Amino acid sequence: MRIEAYERFFMILAALLLVLGIVGIAIGALVAGVHVPSPAGRVDPRTLTTTPPFDQPGLRDLGGGKYEAVVIARAWQFQPNQIEVPVGSTVTFTLATPDVIHGFVLTGTNANVMVIPGQIAQVTARFDRPGEYLWVCHEYCGFGHHQMFGKVVVR
Amino acid sequence: MSATARPQTLAGGGAIAREGMFLAEQLWPIKGQLVLALIGLAIGGIMGLMQALDRIGIVMYKAMLMQTYYQGLTIHGVLLAFLFTFSFSNAFVSLLAIRGFERPLASTFLVQGAFWTMLVGTLLAAYAILTNQATVLFTFYAPLRASSLFYLGAALLVISTLLTALNLVLTRRAWQQEHPGERTPLLGFVGVVTYVMWALATVGVVVLVVFFLLPWSLGWLKTTDPQFNRILFWYTGHPIVYFWLMPAYISWYLLVPRQVGGRVFSDSLVRLAFILLLVFSVPTGLHHQYVDPGIPTVMKVVHLFTTFSVVFPSLMTAFTVMAALEDGGRARGGRGLLGWIWKLPWGDPSVTAQLLAMLVFILGGATGIVNASYNLNNVVHNTSFVPGHFHMTVGTAVALSFIGISYWLIPYLTGRELMGRRLALAQAWLWFVGVLLFARGQIAAGLLGEPRRSSIGEAPYRDLIHAGLDNWLTAIGGTLMVISGLLYFIVVLWTVFGGRRLTQPLEIPIAEMRFGARETSPLLDRLGFWFLIAVVLVAIAYIPLILLYLPLQSVSPPIKVY
Repeated sequence: MRIEAYERFFMILAALLLVLGIVGIAIGALVAGVHVPSPAGRVDPRTLTTTPPFDQPGLRDLGGGKYEAVVIARAWQFQPNQIEVPVGSTVTFTLATPDVIHGFVLTGTNANVMVIPGQIAQVTARFDRPGEYLWVCHEYCGFGHHQMFGKVVVR
Repeated sequence: MSATARPQTLAGGGAIAREGMFLAEQLWPIKGQLVLALIGLAIGGIMGLMQALDRIGIVMYKAMLMQTYYQGLTIHGVLLAFLFTFSFSNAFVSLLAIRGFERPLASTFLVQGAFWTMLVGTLLAAYAILTNQATVLFTFYAPLRASSLFYLGAALLVISTLLTALNLVLTRRAWQQEHPGERTPLLGFVGVVTYVMWALATVGVVVLVVFFLLPWSLGWLKTTDPQFNRILFWYTGHPIVYFWLMPAYISWYLLVPRQVGGRVFSDSLVRLAFILLLVFSVPTGLHHQYVDPGIPTVMKVVHLFTTFSVVFPSLMTAFTVMAALEDGGRARGGRGLLGWIWKLPWGDPSVTAQLLAMLVFILGGATGIVNASYNLNNVVHNTSFVPGHFHMTVGTAVALSFIGISYWLIPYLTGRELMGRRLALAQAWLWFVGVLLFARGQIAAGLLGEPRRSSIGEAPYRDLIHAGLDNWLTAIGGTLMVISGLLYFIVVLWTVFGGRRLTQPLEIPIAEMRFGARETSPLLDRLGFWFLIAVVLVAIAYIPLILLYLPLQSVSPPIKVY
């Protein structure tokens, strides 16, 4: 097969570009520790509100500046829809839904996860600056979808 | 460019179309699908106005006779992402196959069947959506319940493309029997590869609809597994992107060079690019599900690599198409490093629309790599960054190219001169400026955390995101795109109903090759072999995933929340 010098040069350049992209992603994951959400267990949406820990949604102090926020995402509210933590806290959000698919994106952080019936979703964020961090539902979940949001208040 | 010039026409193709290859009974369903495509573009596009203005708090879905914002959004997605693209591709690729193979399609029954299934599918889905029984957006994620008619309609749209795929494969086979030992003509080959890739890609959504959603919506199945259903949806949901793009690539590779007076770099590079698209398009779906909770991380990494692989043929496209454009610009007297750009026929609306579509695609592709970049996706997933991205790919690289193609295709099919050429030029530039403003707004707002597919105008948190200026850019850009669309339909209707009769029939613009099929390795013509490799890759990318995922978590009854 005939490949011109220009063609070959460009194809090598393109391949290098893609390798560089993968290297960047690897540095992000292995050095900076930015990961994607991984499986955190399953739960039956029909019995969600009687299944621990979702029978008692809310913030738990795990000690040492670590917290777990157990949040139910339902059409069309988060429960709870506001938590308060001190500056420097690390919060793990544990989410599940009793009805349709919802989403969770916490602005100003890398926390972003789908909340899918049957699955437990988990993401972690660290809050080093005081302020209010908005979270919103980012998957269409019916005509009240745009009303679903919550806040982390960091003092 | 040092390559010596040796013009060759496409292998197996003469300069002038052969008599008798276009049969009236095959042309009317092709024209019919084009009409369906344009109806989809018109109705789906007008909904864009409601969405764009929603960003600045102008809530007008009621004025558009919609019960909710999301009903209009469903129409926008289904008509543009499915009806417009599917039926335009069916029409365009079928026509090019006839021209490429210089023979009628193998089956008149199949090309007519493709039209009827597209029509009936559209009517069923449209009925369900307009009666607010299917406000589930074009992704129809379970457990959102839609009317069975919606799933049936969507299935028929897919079946229409599969009938076209079968027809193309049969046509290639018939050509091979008539020309033993010859290399498949490139113009026919690329269309067949596009549809063979798509046929493999539809397995996911076919299984999803036939074995899960349809029986579940009819009550035969009580519950379904939403996470597994998403895996099936995105198995099809990413390669569909290439099914949208590849017909535009065909025009960029093989037709636009002719329109600008250039030649295609080489037959072999085009074939290689399309074969790589066939091989790598399908096993990539999980990069839409990086933040799904139920999927093992190791499988997400596997799909990261396959996704990056499929970027490669698109980068090749950038080179080959650019080289052909430069060849044309220099042949028209362009000098210097970039002087050839100004010599391109910018006065031809068909060319200008497609050149601008290509320019926007550079940004569309770059933002797509952001989405595909695993942990970087955490920042943008399901934010308005994503529609910002895909309005530059499918919404411009594809849609504006299809519009550009139609500027010669409609005169070609109707025998009428294109009317309002300056209007058509304005249309292309307006779309270009509009989409850049729109995407700038959506992308910046997305980085601030504004969610996609939300009625921001009604959202209580609208002012907490601080994307006020960005949302204005989105609104202005989107409105310009809708105005551009209106100009387009003025041009189309003026041409069809008021266009002067052409004295001479038009020819489909087909470019010559610098290096023809004779220099191409025979391996690149072996479609069955590459299809097999694609199937093996799909098996590697999906069988471990399914095994790791099982048993199914079938816990969700249908829920209607709209």
